[in-house]
Amino acid sequence: MSAQKDRWVSSFSFLLFCASSIPGRGSARLLQELSPQEYFSSLQAGRASLAYFSHNASPGAQPFLEQIENSAEALQDYGISVVKVNCPKEDVSRYCGKENALRKAYLFRGNMLIREFPTDALFDVNSVVANVLFALLFNEVKYVETLADLQNIENALKGRSNVVFAYVPATGTAEHRAVMEAAFVYGTVHQFVLTTEAALLRDAGDDEPDVSSARLLFCHCQRATDLAQPCRRTAMGQALTMLNIHRHLKLMGAPLVTEVAEDPQKVSTVHLQLGLPLVFILSQKETYEADRRTAEFVAWQLLGKAGVALLSRDLVDLNILLRSNVALKTPDEGVPVKYLVLEDTDEVITLVEDKSKVGQIQEDEEEEEEDEDEKENNNQDIQDDQVVEAVSRDKKRELPLEQILVLTEETFHSALLETARTVVLFYASWEAVSLAVLRSYTEVADHLKGTQGVLLAQVNCWDWPGVCTKENVTQFPTIKIYEKGERWVMYDGMWGTEELTSFIMLSRVSCPLKLATIEEAEGYLRGEFPSELSSYHHTSVLGVFSTATSEAREAFEEAGNILSGHVTTGLYFEDDALALSRKYAVSPPALLLARSGGRIVEGVALSKQSAQDMVRMIRYELLDIFPEITVQNLPRYLQLRKPFLILFSDGDIGEMESKEMLKLAKGRPWQTFVACWLNLKKTPVGRGVLKVYFATVPSLPLLLWVNPHAGGQVFKFPSEQTITEMNILSWLEKLKAGLEIPSSTLSEEDWKPPLPAYDFLQMMETALPEVPLHTSHRRGDTPAPESPGGDTTVREEPSQQTKAEKGGSPGRDLRGTAPRLAAREKQSKRHSEL
Amino acid sequence: LSLALYTSSLCAASSAAFHYHDYCVIGAGPSGLQAAYFLQQAGRDYVVFERSHAPGSFFALYPRHRKLISINKQYTGKSNSEFNLRHDWNSLLSHDGRLLFRHYSRDFFPNADAMVHYLEDFASLLKLQVQYNTAIIHVTLERDEQAWNGHYFLLTDQDRQNYKCSSLLVATGMWVPNVVNFPGSEYVEGYETVSINPEDFAGQTVLILGRGNSAFETAENILGVTNFIHMVSRSRVRLSWATHYVGDLRAINNGLLDTYQLKSLDGLLEGDLEDLAIVKDKKGKLHITLRFYLENRNTSAGIDSITLPQDELDNFATRAPYDRIIRCLGWKFDFSIYNRSLRLMPGKGNKKKYPQIKPSYESRGTRGLFILGTASHSVDFRKSAGGFIHGFRYTTRAVHRLLENRHHGVPWPSTVYPITQLTNSIIKRVNEASGLYQMFSVLADIILLRENATAFEYLEEYPIGVLAELEMQTGRKAPNGLFVVIMEYGRNFSGADKDVFYYNRAVGEAQHAWQSNFLHPVIYYYKHLPTEREMKLRPPDWPLPRPDAVHHIVEDFLTDWTAPNAHILPLRRFLENCLSTDLRNFFAESCFFFAFTRQKLPPFCRQGYVGMQGLVGSEGLRRHAVEAGLLEDYTPRDFSGDRTPDSHEGSQDQLLRDHVIPVRPLQHLINAKDE
Repeated sequence: MSAQKDRWVSSFSFLLFCASSIPGRGSARLLQELSPQEYFSSLQAGRASLAYFSHNASPGAQPFLEQIENSAEALQDYGISVVKVNCPKEDVSRYCGKENALRKAYLFRGNMLIREFPTDALFDVNSVVANVLFALLFNEVKYVETLADLQNIENALKGRSNVVFAYVPATGTAEHRAVMEAAFVYGTVHQFVLTTEAALLRDAGDDEPDVSSARLLFCHCQRATDLAQPCRRTAMGQALTMLNIHRHLKLMGAPLVTEVAEDPQKVSTVHLQLGLPLVFILSQKETYEADRRTAEFVAWQLLGKAGVALLSRDLVDLNILLRSNVALKTPDEGVPVKYLVLEDTDEVITLVEDKSKVGQIQEDEEEEEEDEDEKENNNQDIQDDQVVEAVSRDKKRELPLEQILVLTEETFHSALLETARTVVLFYASWEAVSLAVLRSYTEVADHLKGTQGVLLAQVNCWDWPGVCTKENVTQFPTIKIYEKGERWVMYDGMWGTEELTSFIMLSRVSCPLKLATIEEAEGYLRGEFPSELSSYHHTSVLGVFSTATSEAREAFEEAGNILSGHVTTGLYFEDDALALSRKYAVSPPALLLARSGGRIVEGVALSKQSAQDMVRMIRYELLDIFPEITVQNLPRYLQLRKPFLILFSDGDIGEMESKEMLKLAKGRPWQTFVACWLNLKKTPVGRGVLKVYFATVPSLPLLLWVNPHAGGQVFKFPSEQTITEMNILSWLEKLKAGLEIPSSTLSEEDWKPPLPAYDFLQMMETALPEVPLHTSHRRGDTPAPESPGGDTTVREEPSQQTKAEKGGSPGRDLRGTAPRLAAREKQSKRHSEL
Repeated sequence: LSLALYTSSLCAASSAAFHYHDYCVIGAGPSGLQAAYFLQQAGRDYVVFERSHAPGSFFALYPRHRKLISINKQYTGKSNSEFNLRHDWNSLLSHDGRLLFRHYSRDFFPNADAMVHYLEDFASLLKLQVQYNTAIIHVTLERDEQAWNGHYFLLTDQDRQNYKCSSLLVATGMWVPNVVNFPGSEYVEGYETVSINPEDFAGQTVLILGRGNSAFETAENILGVTNFIHMVSRSRVRLSWATHYVGDLRAINNGLLDTYQLKSLDGLLEGDLEDLAIVKDKKGKLHITLRFYLENRNTSAGIDSITLPQDELDNFATRAPYDRIIRCLGWKFDFSIYNRSLRLMPGKGNKKKYPQIKPSYESRGTRGLFILGTASHSVDFRKSAGGFIHGFRYTTRAVHRLLENRHHGVPWPSTVYPITQLTNSIIKRVNEASGLYQMFSVLADIILLRENATAFEYLEEYPIGVLAELEMQTGRKAPNGLFVVIMEYGRNFSGADKDVFYYNRAVGEAQHAWQSNFLHPVIYYYKHLPTEREMKLRPPDWPLPRPDAVHHIVEDFLTDWTAPNAHILPLRRFLENCLSTDLRNFFAESCFFFAFTRQKLPPFCRQGYVGMQGLVGSEGLRRHAVEAGLLEDYTPRDFSGDRTPDSHEGSQDQLLRDHVIPVRPLQHLINAKDE
């Protein structure tokens, strides 16, 4: 602290020097003693001097002379010399002659007499300096007596300069001197106005009209644009000393809001130099205007107490929480900038004004994270589950459920018989995930509107637990597709509109579909047959069997069943199956995979015999060689448990990169890694991933090796190299050899509870220490909670409180049954109340 | 069924003198039939003996005035059948929707005949094996090492017919009237036989002994025609709405309290009936005096020589003579039919009317003998509902489950869920489970954690009195800690002399939930199964020993504990902290982000997203999550500048780990304050 003080103190040494007025020291040396002739001849134009005339032997004037002598040094700082003129005994000139004149001091500028002071006005150094300067600064310091005078001055200066308005209970005081000394320095910058009228102080709207002490108000007239409005005034909180006034004026002169674009840790402003905290309002591009207004508002409130800066987050890469909106920097060196989340401007102001709090923050330093948790324990009751919060924010919206049939215990079974396929969503109306799925489900219903043979239905298991138990629904949500009430399949895909819609569409076709003719089989591969799916983009798997391979065929049929909804499977085992297999160069039993409407048909020999193996194989074959990774398809590739070689791209990848990557991938399908790419336009969360790796989004496209399964290392393909198969391969060699340094490593951190729970056990022990929780030998020995005295306190105390609360916010009472116990000490924060 | 009959007849044939059954149930009242139902469902060899020709013979006679005081709620506004059982105090448990009591009576307090009818239907519709007109008059043991319990139960009926059973379920209820013997007790009429025609009491002065529901029920019936009614008993009157115990005086019967407190001649007195004596004067009026006076008087002197209290204390309260004195002192268990070898002992203190049993409902004296129904109320006497249909239908099921495990190797039914379903399972149960709700502090749901807390096993309605024996009693293992979910009233809230209507009696804030007074769910967490010793040393009035952590879900006016912020969120935090994991739900996009930025995934992503069941979520929900600051929006937006558009955000990782307060623009506050 002292270091800072030194800094700012020394930077204003000039003023310190001005202000130092140690009486006695060197006064003898500074005081000139001249004869009248010498004196008058020495007067220079423009130079002020204070003179008094003495006849050497006039003891009555002695104390007065002493004070003037003492003032000599102080006045010299302002270029005013103090001269004792020794009148010869016989001198009867204007100044020496009259006895009267000897009781006065005279102020000259040049050789012009400006003012004569009676000795009783110059009772001490302060009064000497104050009065002398007051006289000299007649133009700079206006004396006013009425509010009208003040307003006239203000109005005249609006838009041009500011006004320093000082009230002193009397002239010649230390405060008066301080004002005058300030006026001497700042008189050309600001217009000084002085009054001794207490009434005027009151009229000027000072909020603490304690007329016994001097006050100083800074009137911001330069900024005032509206002539009708009085200038804003900022009172100085401290005592009127030269130093304080200087400090105040310096602060008033500083810009209201400083815009900064660098790390707050490095920022320094006049406020920090003067030992005041600096408040940063964290802004971002979108809210800049509002933030600017906020900052200005806060700045006005804090004027003289703290500085306000507007920090643009867009310009500075800060490693801080997004929700932080305010930062506080204290003048003390080594104290880190504290980032806070405040909810209204009052909090900012209290933060600064409450010195103890500032102190606390300074002490906290490293423990700040945990401490914040401790202090704001009531964050515990703020929802931090994105799904729950999103659903509850959406709860008032009425869902378009008209396409979905609501089933009950009574209607469930009959409804299943009515349509070929009934999709049933089992959910619980209080459960967030199932409500989120219900929202997607309404979108599915909208997509499938008018589709023949499919009925969408829902069962609320909170209303009808019997049906759900009978249908073996143990988790929410569950979706089952019933076929004429006989068979059902459980939906086991992503809870998304697209995926579910596709599943329902695909499962409409029996799986596998038996194809009768070779034309049908060809049409099937082209995606034209069956016609229900012709308009629907999908991948088809056709099993080609010779009549002899019935075992494999049965396994395939079972596999098709299992995969129903995920992929369409067809089955061809007519006599001319060989013709088909020959066309695609496979020998039955074999699978033909048709992608993109039959333009690409791959043949795979069937070696596996069991249905499970076949399912696994088909799933594997369905994976793309060089897929675009999306939120929806990542899990499929995650299951390979291989590292990812990902090409991040903003939009589609270039043809060259695509070709090279494909070449690379084709050689080794998922043997060692999954080659894929990510379109940031389609999967914007990829940007978040890149930000975690590199703190910012590097230039794109960008090739990364990420191994989330082992070690979590992330390597970046050198950006100066072009993405070619050769380059990548040699880079991968280097990686393998451990010659590359990872750019980042995925956090190994466990998923711990985000916040502590209420420790009721401890609360019980604190509140009821007499209840033994460990042992039982004190049966019936629990006097406090049972005694009637204990009850009375509970019963009587709240009556007033309750009334007050009722008046304040109706409805709060109804949160419990009726009234509330203990809760009144503190109102908890809820989302609804924030 | 026919097969069962066939095998049982085979057994009978093989052991000529005895009819053998694995299970014998004595009594075809509500609990006997309830037990029979579960035995039948499990395909067990059982028989029910009923002394009468029809089920529910007690209800054919009692209550004398025919009004059941169990609630028969027709409407709750909910269709959840499990939830509705919370407010149906008469139905037995079955899979048959026809056997709900509301189909038998529309009265809120139904007529006892409806109960008789209901029980008849229950036995016949479910085809329960009930042997009517069989009064078991003696029960003894036959030692046999081969038997399930080291002995067989030998039962003898009124026709000297013998039956042999491996397990004996006593569901005889409480039907022996409590009688107090004092000089002059021969003038007292019993509740069992007293007239129920109010006209018989016209202009009479009546004294009723007892202060239970039967006493008040009797008084209620004749309140309008008597001169006045006095009621005397040792204990103070306990009102069930003050004690939360359904066995105490119910508001429906308390008309006499009204007339007493409004000084309409009727009155309540406290006194020990044992000290009482009654003398009849020549006019047939009955006078109250004290046994003490009778003992001191000269023998064989006439009635006039007996000192009456008013002779010495001329304002003695009951100095007015009575026309009738009625005894309404309740019932006790019939101990008479059990051989001494069964060591079926009466309980102590105020439980002496009940046989001594363990919290598993098994007799303390004889292994294999279980007490069911109202006679099993010693476990929770004056606490919970175990003495009433709406309570013992659940404890009977619990006993059945214990037996299934013990004798047939069928472990306690349970469901295994992934850990992500933990909060949901608890919320579902505390909101609808009727057994937890009715048998509060007696039956508990048990959640057994699997290794690494990735999954858990859910057991419903286990008797917490035998928590220490859980592994042995259920056949389930609890090596990784467990949660116990029960319902509780606030301690010190209920009680005979408590004002249960004081201001601020209800807690509304989740952080003060432990002070909740009304019935609310409480979850205990134990790292290890409590031992027998810990169970014994538990604090007084605690249903369970000190847990490693405890959570109260704040009481709710609607008993609807589904509020996301007040109920579910604090519960989740509690569970998270017990398991040291993060149980939040995440959209697929967040899981994607974690998959590429963290080596480990939160359970929700691990079990959902990675298993290809990610929650994609609709665009609207995504937007809400972004607005709430709980999901980062990385979509590039158009900026005039050429800076990277997403440079304003913090790391999502950090964001999600920290508690989140939405960033609120401050400027809206300015407009108001700037003036």
